[in-house]
Amino acid sequence: MEKKRIKWDLKDTVLLLRLFIGWHFLYEGVIKLYNPEWTSFGYLATAQGPFKSFFLWLSSEGIIGVADWGNKIALIFVGITLLLGIFERIGAIVGIGLLAMYYLAHPAFPWLTQLNVEGSYWFINKNLIELIGCIILFQIPTAERFGLKRIFHRNNELTKTEIS
Amino acid sequence: MTWTRRDALKGLGGIPILGAVWWAGAASTVAKKKERSAILEQLNIQPSLPPAVQGIGGEPVRVGIIGFGIRGEQLCRAMGFATKEWIESMEIAASEAKAEGKEHTALKDFKAQEKLNIKLVGVCDVFDYRAKKAIASFSTKETIVKRYKTHQEMIRSANVDAVVIATPDHWHAPMTIDALENNIHVYVEKPMTHTVEETYRLREAAKNSKAILQIGHQHRQTMSFQTAKDIMGKGTIGHVSLIQTNTNRNDDNGAWNYDIHPDASPQTIDWDLFLGSAPKVPFNKNHFFRWRKWWAYGSGLSGDLLSHDYDRLNCVLDMGIPESVMTSGGIYTHRDGRNVPDVLQVNMEFPNFTTGSSQKKGKEKGMTFVYSATLGNGFNRPTVLMGHDGTMELGNRLTIWPDGRSTRYAEMVEAEKMNPGVPIYQYNPGAMIPDAVASATSQYFADKGLMWTYINGARVDSTFLHMREWLSATRNGGKVSCGIKEGFEEAIASHMAGLSYKLGRRIDWDPKLEILKPIEGIDFDKALLMNPDESEPVIS
Repeated sequence: MEKKRIKWDLKDTVLLLRLFIGWHFLYEGVIKLYNPEWTSFGYLATAQGPFKSFFLWLSSEGIIGVADWGNKIALIFVGITLLLGIFERIGAIVGIGLLAMYYLAHPAFPWLTQLNVEGSYWFINKNLIELIGCIILFQIPTAERFGLKRIFHRNNELTKTEIS
Repeated sequence: MTWTRRDALKGLGGIPILGAVWWAGAASTVAKKKERSAILEQLNIQPSLPPAVQGIGGEPVRVGIIGFGIRGEQLCRAMGFATKEWIESMEIAASEAKAEGKEHTALKDFKAQEKLNIKLVGVCDVFDYRAKKAIASFSTKETIVKRYKTHQEMIRSANVDAVVIATPDHWHAPMTIDALENNIHVYVEKPMTHTVEETYRLREAAKNSKAILQIGHQHRQTMSFQTAKDIMGKGTIGHVSLIQTNTNRNDDNGAWNYDIHPDASPQTIDWDLFLGSAPKVPFNKNHFFRWRKWWAYGSGLSGDLLSHDYDRLNCVLDMGIPESVMTSGGIYTHRDGRNVPDVLQVNMEFPNFTTGSSQKKGKEKGMTFVYSATLGNGFNRPTVLMGHDGTMELGNRLTIWPDGRSTRYAEMVEAEKMNPGVPIYQYNPGAMIPDAVASATSQYFADKGLMWTYINGARVDSTFLHMREWLSATRNGGKVSCGIKEGFEEAIASHMAGLSYKLGRRIDWDPKLEILKPIEGIDFDKALLMNPDESEPVIS
């Protein structure tokens, strides 16, 4: 039996962060999933910065369909893993990848005109901050505290105990 | 293994959260979708499909081009003939664009264009350089492009079936009439005529001719305009009381200050032939290359650009000739010796016209069409149709907003299913295509839906469709989109605007007699052709 904790510790905060980021990703993904007219075309076609040509390629005919579905599936995958607390580290890595792409398509560089943004940014924007959040989730797993992994993990431990 | 409630809670707690978020996202999206489809169902708008045009069978149609200037070259490209110089410059533009990570598709679009069963057999141009350029670019082993000195020679050569006229305005009618009288098919640029009198003569010639006449208002092929027709027919925006159309340009090209070719001289240009019926003046390169700036050869904003905007709306509404027109304006931004205005406001009245009404019968009738133009500012003011039930913005894209005080949509606005700030319909067939438009002037035309249309998501030159329709009709018969009825209305409306500007008074149309109501002591054609003294250019 684990010791009763009374204090709210770092892991609890990280857990909250995990749930919030998962919540955010899942909602973004579901909205897109249920809206057949949604496409990332506009976001990609107006891309700027050093990887502009890559994003333009993603927006090209034939590729855009794959890009759209890839985005939807990845968003929902991150959402599910982080909310349920299973494969959370893989989810965090996919989240990092997605956020890096979002940032690089429209980097908050002062010499670029900021398109489709709702705040004021100088190099650092919300995408980048959420990306750091995902790194923390990767470094500090919390699924054992809250999540499906807790069940499986417990199972393993019990098995181990029995053998020894 | 033992399970405590605590384990279950901490292990499975994510599931209800996941369910809640999923439900929230799905429910809100589906609800929005439902609302939209309810609105769309009620509007019942049918986006237009491209018209089926019969192919040109048998021997190729033999085409002669009269006037191989800027527009003449564009029309030839629309028929599938590009000069070597153009291809080279587009290759450079495409590679430059590529280096910047952009796409420049003009050459790609040209190459993808459907090939028409035609031959370019002759050229007429008073400037040697241009005639030679056409011959050098378009002659093939089988077909040598022949140069004709005059349009009469070309029309009577028995070598052409059809002519394309892209000359200064004062030559449009004489050439078109001559061709029609000889049963040669004609594609003529706008405005159809330069004077009121020749507009009637041309109509007679067209009625008596076996040949097919098409006026160069290519936007009639634009899908968004076809769709707009359907929308207006269904009374979607109710009774339209005001239409605003605009010209906003702020560059040399847009102000008709075209390049002057270094080879131009009295030796290389047949000056007398260029002048034709225009007042005899000594050789003047400015007049030759920038003829749109003088009433002697052109028609200023009223004939050059208002004609497009008027016909765009006449295509959608079929409102016909205005009962009266009042115009004002001046030369305020380009005091370079021109005598046509560069700022112009035209008010056309249609007191008996209606687009249908959702209110008590007889309450609504009549419409004003406003054309507002400046060549000194490039801020894009869109074309707007203002109806009691909604507002339509019309260009290559088409957007409709409901009106907050609409009768037709009162219940939906009340129930907040519609919001005056949110469009209820949007038609953007080109949404999937990133454009790289070359110049400010071409952007101006592109925004107005005058350059391209989109068929199945592919960008198609609307001039190509317009010419294809005409060429197909020359072989297969059938109606063209902009024939003599449409051309007559466009020419009279434009001339009324020009006359009102020149005379400083209202010009009235008598719809029964089909004449301009006479004004005592005034000869309309003299007034229209009158060349106000060229003021000394302040800035040249």
